[in-house]
Amino acid sequence: MKTLAELAEIREKMKGKVAMRQNDGNETRIIVGMGTCGIAAGARPVLSALVEAVSKEKLEESVTVTQTGCIGICQYEPVVEVIEPGKDKVTYVKMTAEKAQRVVAEHIKGGKVVAEYTIGASVAK
Amino acid sequence: MRELSLNILDIAQNSVRAEAKNIEIALLEDENGWLTFRITDNGKGMDAETVRRVSDPFYTTRTTRRVGLGLPFLRMGAEMTGGSFSIRSKPREEGEGHGTVVTAVFNMKHIDAVPLGDMVSTVCVLLQGQPDIDWLFIHSTPAGEVRLDAAELRSILGEEVSLGETEVINWIRDYLDEQYSSLNP
Ligand SMILES: Nc1ncnc2c1ncn2[C@@H]1O[C@H](COP(=O)(O)OP(=O)(O)OP(=O)(O)O)[C@@H](O)[C@H]1O
Ligand SMILES: [Mg+2]
Repeated sequence: MKTLAELAEIREKMKGKVAMRQNDGNETRIIVGMGTCGIAAGARPVLSALVEAVSKEKLEESVTVTQTGCIGICQYEPVVEVIEPGKDKVTYVKMTAEKAQRVVAEHIKGGKVVAEYTIGASVAK
Repeated sequence: MRELSLNILDIAQNSVRAEAKNIEIALLEDENGWLTFRITDNGKGMDAETVRRVSDPFYTTRTTRRVGLGLPFLRMGAEMTGGSFSIRSKPREEGEGHGTVVTAVFNMKHIDAVPLGDMVSTVCVLLQGQPDIDWLFIHSTPAGEVRLDAAELRSILGEEVSLGETEVINWIRDYLDEQYSSLNP
């Protein structure tokens, strides 16, 4: 049974970790479009997968996952943008939970853009 | 949308965009298969003219795209099952007590009703995205009630640890899952 006491334990455990986070604008931001089109196209499981993968790869200190409204390219939803400091923004389109896991492992962690999921690759087709 | 819970996620984003500090999501199910969804926020609200037009698919105040789809989707979904839809709103300009209430009633036994789907994911996504809002989620069924009060949880977490932390969200997911599984009589 989940108890509120457990939540207090999480608090104690997290306190120190949170204080160590980068908050200097040097973190990587992963942004998920959660407008009506995004949600209808499957953004909810994509977001959950991203949050889960970032945590699994232990990237939480330097990576945040945030939500935004309609990005304006509805036909490509679900859309995920990756903004790394000092680099060009990368836009991933027609995302799924599986693709999201790969993006975190290969791009966010590994440093190599998953070109085949980007909007550039999608437009070229 | 394929699940009512996705529609609810979308409608809740309207309340977020309206800068609400408190958002209550209530689901009320009765023995006869009727489900009432009601979302109440204390955001900036809408004037009478806007309220009149928002359930029309060719109206939106957003500039990126001409048509708003969220409320029309919800309305269509409800009315298709023989249910109903309504909005009440008071704009911030009119002072005290401003905000919006959207209510949609569904006959879940109707052939055109979409399933409620994964409400736990919807609540978790909302909390992850907007951890500082005072969300109140209540799902009341003939078999009992599921409830989550963000302000209560935040009072345990204190200032330093956000409700949006993955570990906290995972705990919330389990907390809700447990409440749902204990509903089955
Ligand atoms: N809770 C609310 N508080 C204040 N204004 C609201 C609220 N809900 C809806 N509105 C207004 O009604 C409009 C229509 O909402 P609707 O969800 O149908 O479309 P949208 O949000 O504009 O676009 P989208 O298709 O991405 O949802 C919004 O743009 C907003 O101006
Ligand atoms: Mg909307």
